[in-house]
Amino acid sequence: MKTTALNQTHRDQGAKMVEFAGYDMPVQYADGMLKEHEWTRSGNVGIFDVSHMGQFIAEGTEVVKFLSHITPTDFSLSTPALAKYTVLTNPEGGIIDDLIITKITDTKFFIVLNAGCKEKDAAWIHKNLPAGIKFEELADRSLIAVQGGKAEEVLNRFLAAENLAELPYMNLGTYKFKNGEEVFIGRTGYTGEDGFEVSIKNSAAAKFWLDLSAEKEVKPIGLGARDSLRLEMGYPLYGHDLDDTTSPIEAGIGWVVSKSSTNFIGSNRVLKEKTEGVKRKRIGVKLLDRGIAREGTEIRKDGKKIGVLSSGGFSPNLKVSIGQGYFDTSIAKVGDNVVAVVRDREIPAVLTSPVFVEAKTKSVKK
Amino acid sequence: MKFTKDHEWIKVEGDIATIGITEYAAEALGELVYVELPKVGNKYGKHDAFAVVESSKSASDVYIPVSGEVVAINESLTSQPELVNNSAYKDGWIAKVKMSNTTDLTDAMDEANYKEFLQDK
Repeated sequence: MKTTALNQTHRDQGAKMVEFAGYDMPVQYADGMLKEHEWTRSGNVGIFDVSHMGQFIAEGTEVVKFLSHITPTDFSLSTPALAKYTVLTNPEGGIIDDLIITKITDTKFFIVLNAGCKEKDAAWIHKNLPAGIKFEELADRSLIAVQGGKAEEVLNRFLAAENLAELPYMNLGTYKFKNGEEVFIGRTGYTGEDGFEVSIKNSAAAKFWLDLSAEKEVKPIGLGARDSLRLEMGYPLYGHDLDDTTSPIEAGIGWVVSKSSTNFIGSNRVLKEKTEGVKRKRIGVKLLDRGIAREGTEIRKDGKKIGVLSSGGFSPNLKVSIGQGYFDTSIAKVGDNVVAVVRDREIPAVLTSPVFVEAKTKSVKK
Repeated sequence: MKFTKDHEWIKVEGDIATIGITEYAAEALGELVYVELPKVGNKYGKHDAFAVVESSKSASDVYIPVSGEVVAINESLTSQPELVNNSAYKDGWIAKVKMSNTTDLTDAMDEANYKEFLQDK
């Protein structure tokens, strides 16, 4: 199994380790998922080892054109330092992966993609890569998410000079720590809280993690709470809520398609769906009674199956089971009363927006 | 109190058995967010799945260690499933069962044997 540079540190901190996307990762620490979730939501800071995700650099004079071809996003519109969430689409308009692409300069972009898709994505990108563009993994870097109400305050303590108050949401900059370490910091995350993702050399990662852990506002958070935090925000998780057959329009992330993007891989289907609509769509589900509806749970309306949960579980904030799934748009709409079928029991539920908790991320400067 | 290989505990008074899951099981599952209780009056054969305990990460069946009829359930668990974590052997009991066969328990372990069983895992 693969490990991150923080593997021993997690064990020393009492983490319960599990296999995730081929990596040995902490699913929770001693406090457990619920407390870790609440800690991150309640104005403190949770730190997450997300070093299993792939960090890459794409560089070359034609790189804007290339990235605007393999995704539905027009990167000629990006200003330097802007991080864009987008998807890699296949020729059928399905999603190969969702990822964050940040413009460093006109000819250099920083790309972060899912751990489980790393090899697949890299193979796809290399297959489509024109001569003159380099696409290389930053294998010597760890990625640490610092999330929660006090993230800015805590992280500022590590910086030599600058103040992260000046870094807007979905922007990335290069910073220097007091100890001289150079890091990339993006105001990005997967929790819905204000926060940052710090790309740091593997050799400096464990010390940074332990120094963060020593701050009184900070606790390490495992993948379990990372999942419940993102589920409350309605963020899709690749391999569950998105896959090779799902289009960005079906997934409800049509905003990744730039108005000026008309000829990207898979654009035939995506643009058609954008104007004509879709047969199935990602919708949220909230249970109205006790019980937990997980991935795979059938949702029925008037006795008829109308969809299946692609993700689901207990929401520590709402104290009920929530989820998201794909629904037949001809018979399902937000507000519908439905039932979730859990072990032959029909639990009353309602179709909702997949966003269950309001994001506290700092708004984007447009 | 006796223990099973599936990490249930059972306490017998007369022909009534009180059943729960062990501290080890509760710890392994993590904090519970839901317990699906059986219905009073339901009859089960030994080893039938008769309740479900769910944590954030997973749902697990609870197997009844004896045959019998459910005569009481711990209603507190519907609003406070975490009682199983905080008090596995007392406030976290799941159900009381009227045993139809008191010899069902011959294969259950006593505390010392259960501890040994856990160490061998």
